[in-house]
Amino acid sequence: MDTLVERKSIVGGMSAPHRHDSGHKHVAGSADYIDDMVEPAGTLHAYLGLSTIAHGDIVAMDLDAVRSAPDVVGVLTSDDIPGEGDISPSHKDDEPVFAAHKVTFSGQPLFVVIGETRDAARRAARLAKVTYRELPPALDVAAARNAGGKLVTPGLTLERGDVASSLADSPRRVSGSITIGGQEHFYLEGQIALAIPGEDHDMIVHSSAQHPDEVQRMVARVLGVPAHAVTVMVRRMGGGFGGKESQSNLFACVVAIAARTFKRAVKLRPDRDDDIKMTGKRHDFVVDYDVGFDEAGRIEAVDAVFAARCGHSADLSRGVTDRALTHSDNAYFYPAVRVRSLPLRTNTVSNTAFRGYGGPQGMLACERWIEDIAYTLGKDPLEIRKANFYGETERNVTPYHQTISDNILGRLVGELEASADYARRRAEILAFNEKSPILKRGIALIPLKFGISFTMLALNQAGALVHVYRDGSVYLNHGGTEMGQGLHTKIAQVVADVFQIDLDHVKVSATSTDKVPNASSTAASSGSDLNGMAAENAAQQIRDRLIAFAAEKYGVAPGTVLFEPNAVVVGDKRFSWAQFAEQAYLGRVQLSAAGFYKTPGISWNRDAGKGHPFLYFAYGASCSEVTVDTLTGEYMVDRVDILHDVGRSLNPAIDIGQIEGGFIQGMGWLTTEELWWDAKGQLRTHAPSTYKIPVVSDVPKVFNVSLAEWSENHAPTIGRSKAVGEPPFMLALSVFEALGMAAASVAGYRIAPRMDAPATPERVLMTIERLKRADLGA
Amino acid sequence: MPPIRSHIRFYLNDRLVTLSEVAPDRTLLDFLRLDRVMRGTKEGCAEGDCGACTVLVGRLDASGLIYESINACIRLVGSLDGCHVVTVEHLGRTDGTLHPVQQAMVDYHGSQCGFCTPGFVMSLYGLWLTNPEPSLPEIEKALQGNLCRCTGYAPIVRAAGAISNYGEAAADALEVERKTMRDRLQALRDGHRVTVSSPRGPFIIPADVDDLATIRQEMPDATLIAGSTDVGLWVTKFMRDIAPVIFIQGLMDEITVDDGVIRIGAGVSYSRSFATIAEHIPQLVPLWDRIGGGQVRNMGTIGGNIANGSPIGDTPPPLIALGAELTLRRGSTRRTIRLEDFFIAYGRQDLVKGEFIESIAVPIPPPDVFFAAYKISKRRDEDITAVLGAFQVHVEGGIVRDAVIAYGGMAATPKRARAVEAALIGAPWTITAIEAALPAFEEDFQPLSDWRASAEYRMLVAKNLLSRFFLEMHGEPEVSIQRHEVA
Repeated sequence: MDTLVERKSIVGGMSAPHRHDSGHKHVAGSADYIDDMVEPAGTLHAYLGLSTIAHGDIVAMDLDAVRSAPDVVGVLTSDDIPGEGDISPSHKDDEPVFAAHKVTFSGQPLFVVIGETRDAARRAARLAKVTYRELPPALDVAAARNAGGKLVTPGLTLERGDVASSLADSPRRVSGSITIGGQEHFYLEGQIALAIPGEDHDMIVHSSAQHPDEVQRMVARVLGVPAHAVTVMVRRMGGGFGGKESQSNLFACVVAIAARTFKRAVKLRPDRDDDIKMTGKRHDFVVDYDVGFDEAGRIEAVDAVFAARCGHSADLSRGVTDRALTHSDNAYFYPAVRVRSLPLRTNTVSNTAFRGYGGPQGMLACERWIEDIAYTLGKDPLEIRKANFYGETERNVTPYHQTISDNILGRLVGELEASADYARRRAEILAFNEKSPILKRGIALIPLKFGISFTMLALNQAGALVHVYRDGSVYLNHGGTEMGQGLHTKIAQVVADVFQIDLDHVKVSATSTDKVPNASSTAASSGSDLNGMAAENAAQQIRDRLIAFAAEKYGVAPGTVLFEPNAVVVGDKRFSWAQFAEQAYLGRVQLSAAGFYKTPGISWNRDAGKGHPFLYFAYGASCSEVTVDTLTGEYMVDRVDILHDVGRSLNPAIDIGQIEGGFIQGMGWLTTEELWWDAKGQLRTHAPSTYKIPVVSDVPKVFNVSLAEWSENHAPTIGRSKAVGEPPFMLALSVFEALGMAAASVAGYRIAPRMDAPATPERVLMTIERLKRADLGA
Repeated sequence: MPPIRSHIRFYLNDRLVTLSEVAPDRTLLDFLRLDRVMRGTKEGCAEGDCGACTVLVGRLDASGLIYESINACIRLVGSLDGCHVVTVEHLGRTDGTLHPVQQAMVDYHGSQCGFCTPGFVMSLYGLWLTNPEPSLPEIEKALQGNLCRCTGYAPIVRAAGAISNYGEAAADALEVERKTMRDRLQALRDGHRVTVSSPRGPFIIPADVDDLATIRQEMPDATLIAGSTDVGLWVTKFMRDIAPVIFIQGLMDEITVDDGVIRIGAGVSYSRSFATIAEHIPQLVPLWDRIGGGQVRNMGTIGGNIANGSPIGDTPPPLIALGAELTLRRGSTRRTIRLEDFFIAYGRQDLVKGEFIESIAVPIPPPDVFFAAYKISKRRDEDITAVLGAFQVHVEGGIVRDAVIAYGGMAATPKRARAVEAALIGAPWTITAIEAALPAFEEDFQPLSDWRASAEYRMLVAKNLLSRFFLEMHGEPEVSIQRHEVA
């Protein structure tokens, strides 16, 4: 790096399509996940014993056989927790580490067995004899409503205008209900934690977690120690998707308790099946709606209730169900609106964060009524969409009373409509369906608008730590976690850009609670927005000090100190970056800085359902074409075109990766991924053999993904970029509607398809049969 | 009795491994990660469905030394005697230079979280060794058994198509070493019976099929393991004690064609049978390509698929429809039964103590007979069957002369649709006659509802598959969806 060769630009600055910072290690198998780390000598292994019923009282728990099994060191229950025994992330006191008296879902942890090997602990865990007094479980939305509709957290209402009278006065009206399935995260690396005890009850915990700060607080709570005694580290996760936002707490707390008890390092990695059974999923919803509109399809009023299966505890369900409501408008203006949430308590695993955080469910419901309107009026759904787009200067107030000031829907959708050749292809498909008796095709073009910021105000802050060493190498640490999304790469690019040094001079280290305290969860797509600004702030502080130092030392105006690629120019002198760093050290310049950022200008009054909760919106649109076999319900996604808005991209390669990956994950949610509980509340799709995420041959045959390169964020974000983690997930809605169109063709499009999600081949065929029967009856 | 050896030997990357004490249920993945602390190979599911644990296993067969991708999580160490295991650690050069497969994956942004990546790298490596310029369908087939949750696969497919720009397959280390490795593996073949004991019980590798016949009679309750794609899960998911074990990997792996009959040794894997099946019964190619993923097809055997008696195995319905027969062997005694008679009830097969399946004889359907098999599953690839229908119909003069129809997923065993067959035989080969036969399905089957499909869907789709069969045989265009144009 000690070079004076002049270059036009650095390698890996902002907007460069630089590869993932761990890519070379991923492919070599040398990127360490927690289970790959060399264990400290004498490491013990924990395995959890789980409930086998969904609801009931624990009459007796006989663990003698577990304790006396080979290579078992000990068994711990709720009685053995040094501190508090509850780890509810919403502080509702409804999430015990171990159930002691009452079981509230099947798969709930009852005890942990500690063994010399994982195999020994796992075998022993199966030897428990637990006697229950079973109680009737409420397993889904309908059962929970029938059982009195207990909520895990108070519902939210968003209301604007007079819904009742607007509905009554609407020329046309449609009402209905849609059931929207949940989704298992299926991160490839399962949950895992490793705790290493130290002196003074100190504890180091390696956790595969999106929110190390919360893990730290939870571990401190169960150990009964101050936060400063606990250090939580996350080098990388093998996928998170929201499933490691709160769900990692349990595993970290259990190993910490065991490590404290046995004074040895303890690791816990559940088998995939147990992981799926005991960790929360995307919320499934039943949405009942009543919508008024005019003959042109323009919406006059929307009244809807979003009932969600939240599971046995609150977890993050408040935020999730709130976001379902704040996204139940998608891209459309509602003159009068009332949407309400019902976060229902059920005897199932506690549903949790998952990419989109309720937003996808809100938007799917919204697109359902758009579809209903289109079929009712016999129009192209895209025409209905365009008629209802938010305006740029009027008709631009959301159901939560935030005025939208960055609307790019018209241009974005117009460009995609043209590039995807939507009108011609739709006409061709209609003609094809006329003459093809078995195979039917469908097409749909759907926009998205997704609000960016945490709705919990305090979470919209971030910290970062930057050191410059005397050789010019730069160490970067920030509060965000790397789960594959390329966050560390992007943040390093920001810092490299500030100093104008090649990216390989910057090393990002494991996220650690002792370097950046009180960091927010890496969630809500906020990772680069928040941490990028904090890291820039830290780097900028050092840069400012360097400028002041150089200006004083060489007697030049600060404005003449220039950071050029890997070099600093001071008046007529030119130094390599490393030479300059050494000089600054000798000049006693502080070469370390802690950066901070808080999102400006946002507010949210949940009680009133009003505020300005989002700093800005990310936009996108997708057009999907499918073929359906009307004999079997099997289908193929033939072509997908996407135009997505990431503002001014920090890294186009990473952003395209998020869009492609998010789309396929969303498509999985809406097609083959089906969670299936039996009548006793046992999840029977708890492994990849039974729970089917997309494979390579599910990828659209033609898959065109573009960035809206002209877009830049109106809000002052890092490099005017936009968040990209969650929004592309919802691009998959167009696949679902296209399948519906193919199905509706069997009844001449006279009846709205009204398919529930996910659209498995079975559900597609049964929808086709229902439409055929209804058409004959009509 | 053949001489006995009391240890197994195999090559792990560049080193010979000799194990004299290894449990019959030790998986290759645990051996790598726990015993050898080689942690590049990951555990994603421990049931052979995600591919994060993919490694290559080289073995000598009739055609020479072949390398195949397999799932280390359900491959048992005892079955590796005489093999060459290649893991991701073996790919890069010692100077840190990445292998062409790896470099392409980096440059095309083929990894995000990276956890599935070593498995993808190994599957792509296995493909590249034999097919350096793969087509899109070939890439998709090679990656069926690898799940990625981050990338949406698109960049991985782009990388797969570009590998040959980074290096020549012919110059690859494994290719260069192939001859010496062939000799080294050949040297390990001593014709001995292998008997290995461990605190978790013993396992035996018979010297040959006659030795197997002897051992099987002596140990009729031992677990017989070929590809371990099913028994592997008894170990990893149910923690069942499987000892004593008889590993038959590599035995009975002949596939021959004689006088209109394909004879498939019970140890022939799906992959190994592919070329013969494709040549003589091309109608089965789409089904064969949808059995498990590549790793499972490289491990799993047709004999095992039959022997385990599952009602949702993919090969019994078409083989029943083709009139296949099993040769069962006990000691030196052999008997031949119709495959359909092998399945007595759920979990019960016509196999007496000490007996095993030796081979399957599959008559090649004559050219004037209509034959097809259709698999229905939630996800097209790498999924377990919900309903599988297979049809062989002989039409003469516009009249159905004979019909053999068999279904999986519709009853407790793979089962013929005798009432439907009866309704068709003698009827004209017309859509009207097909429709008239549909109610007979209700006589043949009372399917169950489970997470794969409801009873209602199973019944409806079973009927519709007969309609599809008629329409396809009748030459109607566009009756079912093809992922890629059929060559």
